[in-house]
Amino acid sequence: MRWLALLLPGDWLIIGLAAALVGLSIPMFWQGGMADRAIVRQEGQVFADIDLKARKQIEVPGPLGTTLIAVEPGRARVVSDPGPRQYCVKQGWLMRPGEIAICAPNRVSLQITGRTRVYDSISY
Amino acid sequence: MTRSAIELTVTAEDRRVAWLATAAVGLSLVDAAIPSPLPGVKPGLANIVTLVVLLRYGWGTAVWVSVLRVLAGSLLLGYFLAPGFFLSLTGTTLSLLTLGLARHLPARWFGPVSLSILAAFAHIGGQLLLARAWLIPHDGVFLLTPVFAGAALVFGTINGLIAAKLLADTPATDSPR
Repeated sequence: MRWLALLLPGDWLIIGLAAALVGLSIPMFWQGGMADRAIVRQEGQVFADIDLKARKQIEVPGPLGTTLIAVEPGRARVVSDPGPRQYCVKQGWLMRPGEIAICAPNRVSLQITGRTRVYDSISY
Repeated sequence: MTRSAIELTVTAEDRRVAWLATAAVGLSLVDAAIPSPLPGVKPGLANIVTLVVLLRYGWGTAVWVSVLRVLAGSLLLGYFLAPGFFLSLTGTTLSLLTLGLARHLPARWFGPVSLSILAAFAHIGGQLLLARAWLIPHDGVFLLTPVFAGAALVFGTINGLIAAKLLADTPATDSPR
């Protein structure tokens, strides 16, 4: 309580404004922002371009068998894949724009995109 | 002992600046010893000294103490003239300019916490702009803005509270010794 007494009315105002600024900066700088669509590629060709508002499962045929992809509002994941090491399955849910799960043996990839294109890495 | 050819006359003001800068450098070292999850997110404890100096001895003394702190701190921590030094200098310059303006806010309503938060935001803003312009010329730097802004708010508030408490607890004597 003694600490609170050190705060003047204007200080609260500044704290409030600063907090608002922090709040605003999140959508402003973390745009690319919300995950919008899931793009499924097979052999490098777009196999499906799914809106992330829907809830559905799709089966993608590949040379080894069928890769099963699940889409839920705001996220998507590879549920099962015939590949030996299961890297893309273990990646779990993808929910940020730019994230990608690649099932290389079956030549299937699942990528999340947002409103704006983001880079998956920054080169310098 | 031979007399020095150069006579340095040390005023009380010089001594005060030196003592305060020493305190600030000490806090910079403490700051550097605190592990940080992300480069750039630091408590900035030395700013407590800057705030106390600003409110007790004026803006000029605060500038002296800050600049000496950046110089001596970077020499001690070994990043003098390295990128971190220029980031530090830019941040400090901008927060000093901000403090120079903000100290004219009515003291009845705006205390050290306000000044501290404004200075913290100026500090991180300057650093981000320099980093974008010089070190990482890509807009990707700004992805960290929300994190930095959040840290500026939290640490700015805490440092401001500490400065306010120090100012409230110690009577305004002329000599800090």
